[in-house]
Amino acid sequence: MNHAKWRQIAVGMVVPATVIALWQAVAQLGWVNPQVLPAPLAVVEKWVAYLLPLAPYSEGSWLAWAVSGELIVDSIGSMYRVAAGFLIGAALALPLGLAMGASEGVYAWFNPLVQLLRPIPPIAYIPLAILWFGLGNPPAVFLIALGAFFPVLMNTIAGVRHVDGIYLRAARNLGAGRRTMFLRVILPAAVPYILSGVRIGIGTAFIVVIVSEMIAVNNGLGFRILEAREYFWSDKIMAGMITIGMLGLAIDIGMNRLNNYLLRWHRGLEN
Amino acid sequence: MGCSHIEISGVGKVFKAGQRELVALKDITLSIPSGQFTCLLGPSGCGKSTLLNAIAGFALPTSGAITVDGRAVTGPGPERGMVFQEYALFPWMTVEQNVAFGMEIKGMARRDIGQRVDQLLAMLSLSDFRQRFPKDLSGGMRQRVAIARVLALDSPIMLMDEPFGALDALTRHNLQDELLRIWAELGKTIIFVTHSIEEALYLADRIVVMTYRPGTVKRDLLVDLERARDAAAPEFNALKRELGALVMEEQQRHHTDELRMAALD
Repeated sequence: MNHAKWRQIAVGMVVPATVIALWQAVAQLGWVNPQVLPAPLAVVEKWVAYLLPLAPYSEGSWLAWAVSGELIVDSIGSMYRVAAGFLIGAALALPLGLAMGASEGVYAWFNPLVQLLRPIPPIAYIPLAILWFGLGNPPAVFLIALGAFFPVLMNTIAGVRHVDGIYLRAARNLGAGRRTMFLRVILPAAVPYILSGVRIGIGTAFIVVIVSEMIAVNNGLGFRILEAREYFWSDKIMAGMITIGMLGLAIDIGMNRLNNYLLRWHRGLEN
Repeated sequence: MGCSHIEISGVGKVFKAGQRELVALKDITLSIPSGQFTCLLGPSGCGKSTLLNAIAGFALPTSGAITVDGRAVTGPGPERGMVFQEYALFPWMTVEQNVAFGMEIKGMARRDIGQRVDQLLAMLSLSDFRQRFPKDLSGGMRQRVAIARVLALDSPIMLMDEPFGALDALTRHNLQDELLRIWAELGKTIIFVTHSIEEALYLADRIVVMTYRPGTVKRDLLVDLERARDAAAPEFNALKRELGALVMEEQQRHHTDELRMAALD
């Protein structure tokens, strides 16, 4: 890393450091009730306690013990729901989006229903989700899949419809049939749109997982935040929120990497 | 690797835009023998690209017929390879994948494709760029890839729609020479659209000057200057002056028409 980059990082730390310092000062001076606003150090302390295993190591697998902390179990639970819900939602949206984008007929059949259902936020499905799927993971996965479905669908349709006509002409000139045209021209040309849909879909899945854990399951980061509220553990609420922030950031960085790799051919994407 | 002979008889093309009808081509008849390098020359709006697209099969004429070796043109096909002004390379494919694509569609064997790609990339001095994506190439390099992609089809006919129009003068000249070399080596029938008189004179066996709206043949001229041509030679300049006057008349009509349209709006 060069000098300029370090400098950039240093500059980026100034505002967060100031905010945390002020926060710590306010808490230490006793200006606010620590149950309303716990000190940052207390939050960090709680976060570490939340991360570490509940019981000391006694026997069995060391690794199993090391990941037996509440935070790790909760994070795995939440991530599992995001992954399962997103994969189901995207796996349904992608083929439908490709078909709707490529065929006027399919578009005419499905578009009115899609336009009607799309504005309904996944949260509004909570009562039905519980009614249909009971409690536990199934309703949560259903809501997340729903949240991921529409962004992926809409972007896939747009991607297929916006393929530059010049590529179609060039491919027809080279003798491409319908199948080749679809798989090797339309699909890759639509990838930038599809990936931005995937990105929005994962973001939505992440929002929905927290909400759905507040209603139907008894682990996960969303559940833990709500549980902490019952006991007025505001330091634990914040520790949970920070974890959500870190996981979100990690997913975003991962997506960015994937994006840059898959779109390495794309103009204006050099970072 | 044969050449092909193109017959264009009584071709007309009318575009309808709402109530208005635009006659882009009217009664064009041309017989283009195999191996000939023909330039369609004229100002923008003279229908030269429309005629090329009709031969390519992208937009069929509204009247008349086009046949290639006796067979009517009913759609695009790899026996009439097209080089576009905007290159139209597939940006998600590397240089070698772009060149190989047409051969894969044809169903050629992997090994043959590999050999042919090597050969074509060498021919167009692209061997060092085979793994690059189009975005990392200059305009001239991209057009080389587009030419290689069409040559890979082994099509007897090459249609070129202002292929060097977007390039700087030096690159353009370089590619013109390269194209002439390839044409001499492989003996293709080439139809080349341009609005540059000098380019047409430098390249073509035959120059077809077209009129502005409706597009008709204004002058059909065989260029019997010896190759390699010298753009500074007096005969070259005499022809350039003659063609310049013809094209200027049409350019003038184009200009007047634009003023008239502007007044209407």
